[in-house]
Amino acid sequence: MSAKLVVSSSPHVHSDFSTQKIMCMVILSLIPAGIMGVYFLGLRSLAVIAACIVACVLSEWAWQKFVMHKKSTVSDLSAVVTGLLLAYNLPPTMPIWMAVCGSIFAIIIVKQFYGGIGGNIVNPALAARAMMLISWPTAMTTWTLNGISGATPLAAMKAGQTVNLSVWNMMAGNMGGCIGETCSILLILGGLYLIWEEVISWRIPVVYIATTAILASLFGHGSALCEILTGGLLIGAFFMATDYTTSPMTAKGQYIYAFGCGLLTALIRTWGGYPEGVSFSILIMNVAVPLIDMYTEPRTLGAPKSNFFKRMGGK
Amino acid sequence: MNLPTFLGGVHPPEGKALTENKAIEILRPEDPREFVYPLSQHIGAPCSPVVAKGDSVLAGQKIADTDAFVSAPIFSAVSGTVKEIAPRMTVSGSVENCIVIESDGKYSPAPSLLDELGHKPQPSEYIKLIRSAGIVGMGGACFPTHVKLSPPKDRVIKWLIVNAAECEPYLSCDNRLMIESPDEIIRGLGYVLEIFPEAQGVIAIENNKPEAIATMTEHNKNPRIKIMPHKVKYPQGAEKMLIWSVTGQEIPLVPALPADVGCILLNTRTAWHICKAVEEGKPVTERVISVTGDAVVEPKNVEVPLGIPVRELINFCGGFKDEPVKIIAGGPMMGLAMRSVDVPVVKGTSGILALTKNLAYMAEESACIRCGKCIESCPMHLNPTFLDHAVRRRDYETFEAFNGMNCIECGCCTYNCPASRFLTQTCKEGKAAVNAARRKAAAQAKAKQEAK
Repeated sequence: MSAKLVVSSSPHVHSDFSTQKIMCMVILSLIPAGIMGVYFLGLRSLAVIAACIVACVLSEWAWQKFVMHKKSTVSDLSAVVTGLLLAYNLPPTMPIWMAVCGSIFAIIIVKQFYGGIGGNIVNPALAARAMMLISWPTAMTTWTLNGISGATPLAAMKAGQTVNLSVWNMMAGNMGGCIGETCSILLILGGLYLIWEEVISWRIPVVYIATTAILASLFGHGSALCEILTGGLLIGAFFMATDYTTSPMTAKGQYIYAFGCGLLTALIRTWGGYPEGVSFSILIMNVAVPLIDMYTEPRTLGAPKSNFFKRMGGK
Repeated sequence: MNLPTFLGGVHPPEGKALTENKAIEILRPEDPREFVYPLSQHIGAPCSPVVAKGDSVLAGQKIADTDAFVSAPIFSAVSGTVKEIAPRMTVSGSVENCIVIESDGKYSPAPSLLDELGHKPQPSEYIKLIRSAGIVGMGGACFPTHVKLSPPKDRVIKWLIVNAAECEPYLSCDNRLMIESPDEIIRGLGYVLEIFPEAQGVIAIENNKPEAIATMTEHNKNPRIKIMPHKVKYPQGAEKMLIWSVTGQEIPLVPALPADVGCILLNTRTAWHICKAVEEGKPVTERVISVTGDAVVEPKNVEVPLGIPVRELINFCGGFKDEPVKIIAGGPMMGLAMRSVDVPVVKGTSGILALTKNLAYMAEESACIRCGKCIESCPMHLNPTFLDHAVRRRDYETFEAFNGMNCIECGCCTYNCPASRFLTQTCKEGKAAVNAARRKAAAQAKAKQEAK
């Protein structure tokens, strides 16, 4: 028998979940919607996607190797997810150098400055998109579909035009929009896959989408179906708002957070200056997460119900 | 079917198929050899030897005892001579004082505890008898049973629960015991019920043991005992989780005990021993152990005399077919990783699990991604990652304020963590640090008082 036995503290077994496996599943769930995006919006989209992924991975690797001098964590694939999500949120005509700048901003300033994976306080892809929207507003809002420039359905609604899109076109993604956000049906299927695999819970996407749809139609902005199927709501609710690091950890916190995202999105879409409010809503709620987490700390089994307020300094 | 359970928990691969259908085999070496008895096999005060070097002992003879209340005597499982009383390595890897007995292989029995008593025991004498039989919680914690059965006078015991959940993966010794000697377990619980006339008896079994549930239900003729199947989920057999799912009551935060909500929990094997002690005056001298894992040639359930080296058990099961990287005393979620197999079996050894590198978990830690899976799986509804951060920055005040001392060390958070963080491990560290600080403060206060 071997003389060497490993002695360590229990437990001695582990589930087969790992950060890398989770990221892999997220990438897998995003691929189909991207293929449809490339199909409808043209091969140029593929170049944007590739540029974002390569720039994200390279900047993470370079930062960790040359600046931080520590072991690179690119193998956890989180940089690939960031690149993919950022590209999906850009128009297909985006100049490549701008996409690269956005990627570097996402990885280095939003993610690595705050300690890397698990440390960032806002979603890197969304923060980069917000930065790009402010820096290059024209490039970020120029849409082409079948070679013809046009407004996205939400922008048209904002301008007071009526939108005549068949439900089928909205489901399949045959409309103006960012690369990965248009094909509703595949985004929903991708999200359901993640819920099925227990990577994400149903709570954030369902509450977020329902809140936006109900409130926006109550506010008189548009029909509930149109709210859900156009713009970035689906990709935002399933893939961006559910980012572990920047969403609350408890079920109760997730309900509050998702409702907040939905409320803000409906407000911005109806009365805000931008046609689309998903990115800003999620970013604002991201910042509120530490507070939500603090107030939704689970009650320990057997602890008195007032326990939380006592901890917060109350009597 | 909606079976009772608790909130949280995980579903590790069960691994019970290796042994669950294997009848208990008896291992009783008949050639002379050493048997080793550590003086502390329970929670509480260690025992002192009542035999000396050179004494001859009989099987079932008391060899160590103490006057302390929270303690239990130790018995020799074999007849032979006391070879020495010397430090030896124990299951935990620490070196402790042990009584070493050279057996003669004859197992000549000592007079039973009932002979000493001289008559059939009355219910009022059961607790004394349980103490003199050296019965402790046989699930692994080894809390002396007579202490459990002596709750404060103002506590009315309403529930007596036999914990037959056996939620630890791989282990199946309780399962086999229920299938092979159901009557002893039911009668054992029956005797305890005589001590507590107001209590309801429950035998709680996880639903992955259909044969045991059927056998127990069929043999149960006691109207005060209910067989209750539970949902299969780890840690269903943890004290607080089981009480919650059986009675719906939460045990208040530490240091509250089950008795505070009118409950007493007994392990399956403990109930069996209570029956044997009351009926035959038999002390704790052997136990059933699941010897299993993917490194063992032929996993088995074995009944062995206490004090036998673990190596003998592994040889009895055909040795190793693959090189084990971890040998665990107990189950994979809460068991102790052993340094060596040349250590004796003690009262609390419920399993010997030899895992190859395919199963033993040795991942590298990475950064917390705040996924919340630890919170979701914590059966105590703690925030493991938060506690983990507090311990790592030595902020024990926060650790205590967020109820870190209530961690039951079940391992669910670490099991579920995609970043492979050592959450349970740091919680244990935090608890140990707080306990050490408390002991130090108490000692200082005492010294101050004495100085006055």
